[in-house]
This record gives sequence, structure tokens and C-alpha cells, in this order.
Amino acid sequence: MNKLKLTVFLSAASLWYRRRVLALVCLTLTLSITLLLGIQYLRTEIRQSFTSTISGTDLIVGARSGQLNLLLYTVFHIGDATNNIRWSTYQSMTEDSRIDWLIPISLGDSYRGYRVVSTNEQFLARFRYGNDQPLTLASGDWFSDLFDVVIGAGVARQLDHKLNDDLVLSHGGGRTSFSNHKDLPFRVSGILAPTGTPVDQAVYISLEAMEAMHVGWESGVAIPGRTLSADQARNRDYTPDAITAVFVGLDRPILTFQVQRELNQSREEPLSAILPGVALSELWRMMGQFEKALLGISGFVVITSLVGLIAVLLTLQAQRQREIAVLRATGASPGLIAGLYSLECVGLALASCLFALLLGAAAIAGLSPWLLEHYGLQIRLRPLAREEWLLLVAVPLSALAVSALPALNTWRAGRQQGFGAQDSS
Amino acid sequence: MNSETVQPPDGSHQDNLAIHTRDLHFRWQNQSRELAFPDIQLPRGEHLFLHGPSGTGKSTLLGLLSGMHTPTRGSLQLLNQELTTMKAGARDRLRADHMGVIFQQFNLVPYLSALANALLPCRLSNLRHSRAIPSATEAAQHLLTQLAIPQSHWHQGVTRLSIGQQQRVAAARALIGAPEIILADEPTSALDTDNRDRFLELLLTLAERSNSSVVFVSHDQSLAGHFHHHLALEVAP
Repeated sequence: MNKLKLTVFLSAASLWYRRRVLALVCLTLTLSITLLLGIQYLRTEIRQSFTSTISGTDLIVGARSGQLNLLLYTVFHIGDATNNIRWSTYQSMTEDSRIDWLIPISLGDSYRGYRVVSTNEQFLARFRYGNDQPLTLASGDWFSDLFDVVIGAGVARQLDHKLNDDLVLSHGGGRTSFSNHKDLPFRVSGILAPTGTPVDQAVYISLEAMEAMHVGWESGVAIPGRTLSADQARNRDYTPDAITAVFVGLDRPILTFQVQRELNQSREEPLSAILPGVALSELWRMMGQFEKALLGISGFVVITSLVGLIAVLLTLQAQRQREIAVLRATGASPGLIAGLYSLECVGLALASCLFALLLGAAAIAGLSPWLLEHYGLQIRLRPLAREEWLLLVAVPLSALAVSALPALNTWRAGRQQGFGAQDSS
Repeated sequence: MNSETVQPPDGSHQDNLAIHTRDLHFRWQNQSRELAFPDIQLPRGEHLFLHGPSGTGKSTLLGLLSGMHTPTRGSLQLLNQELTTMKAGARDRLRADHMGVIFQQFNLVPYLSALANALLPCRLSNLRHSRAIPSATEAAQHLLTQLAIPQSHWHQGVTRLSIGQQQRVAAARALIGAPEIILADEPTSALDTDNRDRFLELLLTLAERSNSSVVFVSHDQSLAGHFHHHLALEVAP
């Protein structure tokens, strides 16, 4: 026990004495551990935020296509729908007793690069993301007038829109469009609170508004004289012929597969019904390969810095012969000297781990508002998960393993050492 | 081979020997020449002056006496314990418990303060710790005071001390806890004459107070007068 205390005391004093040389090694190690831990942390966070893009929705139904395609264009606003589904199909779904709620959505237009999602009040009431969180309005109200628009938090922030701003939607997707619905400007009636999901990056109008905008656009461009003015538009009835997709919530989730099969086998119209959770994890699996490679690379970075640490310790060892001779002559066993090396190495690794934790926490705390602002990424400071602790613990353990080399070296030399530093006279 | 063998004074008892060697031989690895050493019988509390030109194995003999090397043949008893049959760990413990050492230079652990350097043997050996009276720290402070290390230097890094001060801190480390044997390998060779005489005087006075035997290696014959016994090593023919 005394020996251990002495070894700890000596190695602490020795590390402090050599702090200038070791500071650089410690810095390298700290940065590489921060990288390793940071990547693992972000991996978990991003996966979490990714898989919670949508929650509470049991099925997404659209025209027949692959499940990834359907997920991408309905939830992530990436790519286009292969086809629409008939309004009558939607109507028959509303009559299905097993179905609790439906959110119809229609896509196709855009506003300065952001998707226009036309839907109804069910979207605000039923759509859930994250840990079953509902959508809330940061300001204003959900659309009630035909030409009201509700914008996502990201759109409001990027384009600096306020309540009651007028905006002109464009026909078709894409950032620059030459055919605008300039006769029918919309008014911002509400702004959604940030969610960190693609919901932030879209604007929301009613299904009726979508129809009204496209009167006179049947050929794909506005035909003068056939489009409506705002006043004319208000006095008409708009029942859509078709919508793009429907989010479905069931009364009893146990019926999900039954309803899914029926929809997929529908004789009325070719439909695809997908389970959003399954599609999300399939999508993540594809992207997961990349992040695993990233983690592997950062693991190698840590190993490289540990090898650098050993190189420095071995160089120092040559300078430490006199000190070792003094300790040996005073009665210290070679085991104590070897323990001194190992402990110094582990101590350095522990210090680096501590610095890495502080650095990582500071970086996340400092960068998370910026990340949410610019990328809509919600990264919160949270206690470390089990995998992250395991990674962190692995660092001093590997340091102990690699320190075996100088320790063994010194142990062997200690047994052959003579009186004093020079071992011949 | 030896010009003078150390003989026990009349009436001294065999049991009361600090060092007792017989027919001691040692060969370095990769060397064919075997070094032979004269027999030593050094009673406790008495001092031995060891001299001879370089290459005669003075430091090797100290290595053998300290238990760092094992002789190729012969018998070596320290405090009536046969060193040649002891395991390496037991020899390390014997050294920690019963020996103080002073080198020619670079005597101190550079990252410890003067006081911590002096205290090192007490931390390595419970026996030395218990013998340091009234407490280890007070004994170390007492020794440093007697060896004229200013109190302001006690808690400083030892690299700031002069060579003479460093050697005296090493002497304090060797003396603490009253070890039976002190091995000194040319500790005065880096000191000027004034410093040398004062160092030797202090060392021997303090060693006598704790009844320690000093084995002092030097090529400086003028110091021989301070010692009870002399032993000269000569180049083998």
C-alpha cells in the first residue's frame, strides 16, 4: 500500500516536472480523444434526431413506389412523388373504422426553394415528432383564410419572414422558378416553433389554396384569362381531385400490418403503405456505414497518438537513467520503477480524457445554438451513454497496455543495473 | 592483490560485523577477465576508505556490496546475512532497510524537493521510517539543518541547488533512519577542497552519531586519515 502511494506520488511529481514536454503529447491525445468521443456522441445524437423525424404515424400511404422513395418525398421533402392518389381513395379511408386519423398532404409547389405542403388542420393536431412531441406555433395561428400560409421555423429564420408578410409561391420545385403564382399572394398567418426536423424547412397551405392556385394552370403554365383573382377564388368550392400522400394513425396499432396489407393490395388504385419507423431505420442503415467508417478512423487517430506517447516516453527514458539509478540504489524494486512508467502513461491518458470531456462539453454547449440555427440540428448536452463510457475507459486501458513496452524495458534494465548510472567501471 | 586487508580489531565479535566478505570474485557479462576482491571484515560503526586507480573495480565492489550485482563466487555477508543466496527482491529490501548511498554526482531525483529527496528512504522502508526520530519529516529537517541546507531551499526543486548542496542533501538521504551501512562512491570528487573537507567531516560525524559504517571510495589519498580502515585495490597483473 505504501509502495503504491509512493509510486503514485513519484509519477505525479515526475509528470508535473516534465509538463512542458508532455503538454504537447497530452494535447495530441486530448484532441484525438475529443474526436473519437465527439463522433460517437454525434452519431448517437444524429441517429436519435433522425429516427425521431416522425413519430406516432402508423402508416404513410402514397402512390405505388419503393418505401424509401415514399419516405423521402413525404417526410424529408427530397425527390418527387411518382404519382398522386385519388381523392376518392382518401375519402374511403376516412370511412374505415380502424383508422383514427388521417393527414392528407399535397406537394408540388415551392417557395424560394422550400417545399410547399398543402394539408389541413389535422397536420397541426396529429403530426408528432421526436419523443411524441406535437407541433406548436411560435407565433400567429394555423391558416384559416384561403390565402393564409404557415411557415416552418427554418424558413422564417432564413428568409427573415414575420407575421403578415406577403409571399408569392412558385409553380414546381426548385430554388429559382420562372412561373410564379403572382396573382395570388399569400399572407403569413403563423410561424411554427423549431423542431430540428424537415418540418422546419417547408411552408404550409390548405388543400383548397393549392387547388385555387392551379385553376387555369391545367396545361402546366398559367393561361391568361383563365386564372382567378383573389376575390373570385374565395367564392368557389375546391374539392381536390387528387392528393400526394396520407399520414395514417390507427386506433389500435396492432392492426397496422393488416391495414398495410389491405392498402397495398387495393384493387381501386395501386398504393404503397409503409411503416415510417421501418423505412427510417432502413435509410439509417445505408447511411450508417459511413459513420461507422468515421468512428473507425477516429479510433486509429487515438491509437496513433498513443504510439506517439510511447515514442516520447521511450525518448524520456534515456534521460531518466540517473534518476532510476538513484531510486534503485535507495532500495526501490524494478517493479516499482516499471509501475512508475505505467502509472505516468495512464495518468497522462486520464488527464487527456478529462481535458477531452471538458473540451467536448464546451464545444457542444457553445456550438449547439449555432447548429440549430444553421443546420436545424438539435444537439443537446446529455450524460454520456454506456458506449461512450466504454470508449473513454478504453483509452487509459490501452495506455496501460502500450506502457508495458517501456515498463518491461526498465524492469529488465533494473535487474542488470550496477551501482550508479554507469554500469561499468 | 590487496595492499592491506581490513582486520577486525582485537576483541571484536564475529557477529558484530557490518560487512564480511571472503574470496569475492566478479565477472562482467561479455568480459573474460574476472575481478578478484580482497576480503573485508568491517565492524559496525567503523569506517572503511577504499582507494585505487580507475579500472580496479571500486564501483563494481560497491555494486556487489549494495546487492545490485551478485558475485560469481565467494561469500558476502552484510549484517550477518549471506547476500549471495538471497533473491533479488530480498536484496532490494535489505538495501532499502539497512543502506544509504551517495554517488559521485546526479544523486537526487530531479522532480522532488530537497526534503522529499531526503525522505525517500523512509518512504521505501518501514524500518527506516520507524527509526527516524521523532518523525521522518522532523528527522529529515534536522539532518538538512545540520548539513547546512538553508530552510528556504527545503521545498525547492533540487536542480536549483549548488553541487555542494546537492551532495549534502544526498548525505541527508543516506543518513536518515540510521542505516547500518553507508556506501559513498567518490562523493567529494566534484567539490572544491573547502567543501570537500566540510562534507567529509559532517558525513562522518553524523554517521558516528547513528552508529553507521561508511564505506568511502575515493582516489584522493589525502582523505584517508579520517578513516579507521583502508583498502587499496590494484590492477590485476
